[in-house]
Amino acid sequence: MPTNRRSKTPRRKRMSSPSDTIAVDAHGHGEHDELVSHQFEDLNQQTEAYSVGMWIFLVTELMFFGGLFAAYVIYRGKYHEGFIEAHHHLNVPLGGLNTAVLLTSSFSMALAVRSSMLGKWKSQIAYLYVTLICALGFLVIKAIEYTDKYHHHLIPGPNFNTEAFKDKGGELFMSLYFAMTGLHGIHVLVGVIVISVLIVRTWINRNRTMDYMPIEMSGLYWHFVDLIWIFLYPLLYLIGRA
Amino acid sequence: MSAEQHSAVPIRIYFNVFLTLLVLLVITVWVAYMDLGFLNTVVAMAIAVVKALLVILYFMDMRRGAHLAQIWAGGGVIFLLTLFCLSLGDYLSRLVF
Repeated sequence: MPTNRRSKTPRRKRMSSPSDTIAVDAHGHGEHDELVSHQFEDLNQQTEAYSVGMWIFLVTELMFFGGLFAAYVIYRGKYHEGFIEAHHHLNVPLGGLNTAVLLTSSFSMALAVRSSMLGKWKSQIAYLYVTLICALGFLVIKAIEYTDKYHHHLIPGPNFNTEAFKDKGGELFMSLYFAMTGLHGIHVLVGVIVISVLIVRTWINRNRTMDYMPIEMSGLYWHFVDLIWIFLYPLLYLIGRA
Repeated sequence: MSAEQHSAVPIRIYFNVFLTLLVLLVITVWVAYMDLGFLNTVVAMAIAVVKALLVILYFMDMRRGAHLAQIWAGGGVIFLLTLFCLSLGDYLSRLVF
């Protein structure tokens, strides 16, 4: 539908003007047509496809974690006493620090996406480094917590300190704790790899006009990891504390 | 279709959202040490939902996102609620829990 495409041209222009990265000439052929894959009509359509695809992936991720959250809620109802006892074995300050670290990384990731939209590669790399350092910091703090659990025999298995708990809810809680924070930790690790790739990619292409969608999509993934932790922290560390 | 509205948001807005998130974090830790009974869980979850909404609407830029993506994000919440309603409906209605 060539007529249809021509009618869309002004919109493409409006979209690209704030970032000044994608110039479109009067014929509707972008100066940077190489940014649009051949299966898409134009950049707008490609951008929307990226975004919708990423959100569908995030929904599957939400359901992936959702199963664990549901298991947690059901067992918390069944073994309430043991769960309450087990809450007190978690380190609230370290968990809170980790929340702050992840929130900071989300903040800098949002700024990195913003820099990318504006075509400022230097600040983009700087913000990505901040995000990367926060992600690694999160993993280090998590490792400290896990080591502490190991020393206190709180890792489910033959060496588990069953005497510390009234019922088997304690061991169940610790199993769920390691399953949920472990799965989340793997996502953080994947995020570290993604952010590292983005830093290298931004540096290599620093003199070229780049589509900002890959970094925006990575940003969505990173914010999702932050979202999961926003719920894990109160559920595992905070409730049942008073 | 509102993908064409994409433009850079001022840093100030991101910074305000970030500060609000940190304040909410402090509040949720503070409230956790007060004995409110079952309300502890309610307050903690309410604060978590507010934090999540701030991240989704501002950091993930969902308030200006493509409509189809917004529908999928809302769908995710509905799927999750379905999972919880059906599983809890089963367990809570059992005579032997």
